[in-house]
Amino acid sequence: MTSALILVTAHVVTAVRGVWQSTDPVVKQRIYFANHSSHGDFVLVWTVLPSHLRAQTRPVAGADYWLGSQLKQFIGQSVFNAVLIDRNPETRQADPVEQMAEALDANDSLILFPEGTRNTTEDILLPFKAGLFNLAIARPHVDLVPVWIDNLNRVMPKGALLPIPLICTVTFGDTLHIEEDEDKEAFLNRAEKALLDLAPGHEVAETAS
Amino acid sequence: MNGDVLILLTAVIGILFVASTVGFVLRLRASDTGPGSAIENLNARINAWWVMVIVMAIAFVAGKTGVVILFAICSFAALREFLTLTNTKTADYWALAAAVFVVLPVQYLSVGMNWYGFYSIFIPVYAFLLMPIISALRGDTKDFLIRVAEAQWALMICVFCVSHVPALLSLNIPGYEGRNLFLIFFLVVVVQSSDVLQYVWGKLLGRRKIAPKLSPSKTLEGLLGGVLSASLLGAALFWITPFSIWQAAALSLVITLMGFFGGLVMSAIKRDRGVKDWGHLISGHGGFIDRLDSVIFSAPIFFHIVRFYWDVH
Repeated sequence: MTSALILVTAHVVTAVRGVWQSTDPVVKQRIYFANHSSHGDFVLVWTVLPSHLRAQTRPVAGADYWLGSQLKQFIGQSVFNAVLIDRNPETRQADPVEQMAEALDANDSLILFPEGTRNTTEDILLPFKAGLFNLAIARPHVDLVPVWIDNLNRVMPKGALLPIPLICTVTFGDTLHIEEDEDKEAFLNRAEKALLDLAPGHEVAETAS
Repeated sequence: MNGDVLILLTAVIGILFVASTVGFVLRLRASDTGPGSAIENLNARINAWWVMVIVMAIAFVAGKTGVVILFAICSFAALREFLTLTNTKTADYWALAAAVFVVLPVQYLSVGMNWYGFYSIFIPVYAFLLMPIISALRGDTKDFLIRVAEAQWALMICVFCVSHVPALLSLNIPGYEGRNLFLIFFLVVVVQSSDVLQYVWGKLLGRRKIAPKLSPSKTLEGLLGGVLSASLLGAALFWITPFSIWQAAALSLVITLMGFFGGLVMSAIKRDRGVKDWGHLISGHGGFIDRLDSVIFSAPIFFHIVRFYWDVH
């Protein structure tokens, strides 16, 4: 019921469309890794997944935000069944990579934001944190799928009460895997590039600057 | 009146039925029927027409409220497409939120209340002056004029112009009471069939490109054939309007020409922003603005000509 309401709202506000550019929505365990500029990011990815994949796909989210209020807690845990990780290394009791690996072992797919935090800067993408690399090492057989979410940062800018209706797209790129002996920097660079290649107008922006 | 509705409905469904049959036969005979082929696009367009006709018919049955709500939804979808292509920034958030959540509903509410003195000036006076004030208060001056102008144009095109279609229901024409829905039918059918007929004539005879930079598929032959044949259709529909046959033909000529040039203007915006279509929601057609562009440019002119010469106010 709540999830249906969230789906309808996402469609009304963003008319979101999934573009399966170099991969198909097949039944296969995957780690979708996406750019992160809004709290609604995983909702959009989740919305464009076919319903049979949706049920088996869990977003990975920061516990500090999603346990922040009862409503968020309900949405994060009961509706999306999020893997909530503590982003503060000092206080955390569980290793985030282990938590994610556990979810994968239970045959679920994950939606992950490797920038680690919301990008509120002018930069198109923040440097990836180590999490994606560590997870790829821990479960090397799982497909990694880059996912570019376009325009949602304009729908809900920081401090916004109501969403501005704008058309959003979610573009799925080609699957990648960690290669043998690939070090952290090389892998994260490759993953960042795979994601940036999906950003519309990115090549233009590169040549312009 | 009910007899007239039955005749028109039968005619529209008959035409769509013929179109679907032709599309079906073409697909059986064509060699290239994959996704993205011309035949598939044609069939997607025809199917979308069925949906659009059914939705319009339901709105007409629901009467004035239904029509006002339908066009308010069209405005919302169009605004969503238009704002996507603008340069508006975080500093414009409150201005844009006001445009969507205040200006749009208030405009349609006043159209529904027949409040001509308000809905004809609310956007060009109040919205146009208050929105830049809201944006300016945030202090971000970068591209200010561009941002303000884009937001204003979005409202003008997507809300103000579109709302003049249901506004036709508030005209008070002696001897035509209770039949204003036919004015909407006349406007939409003449303008939309002009679009289709321009396409058909262009495919059949098109040689001289009329605006190669803006819209390479538009030809002089398509324009003349489409506008003239749609005007003939408009003249043939005079019996559902308060116009004489010659007046119906002349008005048809005006609105089809406005529709044609509206399409050109909206193409220029798409070219500037490097997109092919405004959106993707109407299969085969593109976005709402792709389908509505000709109505957008013809509705206010049609409204004011009819109001000036026929309405008692």
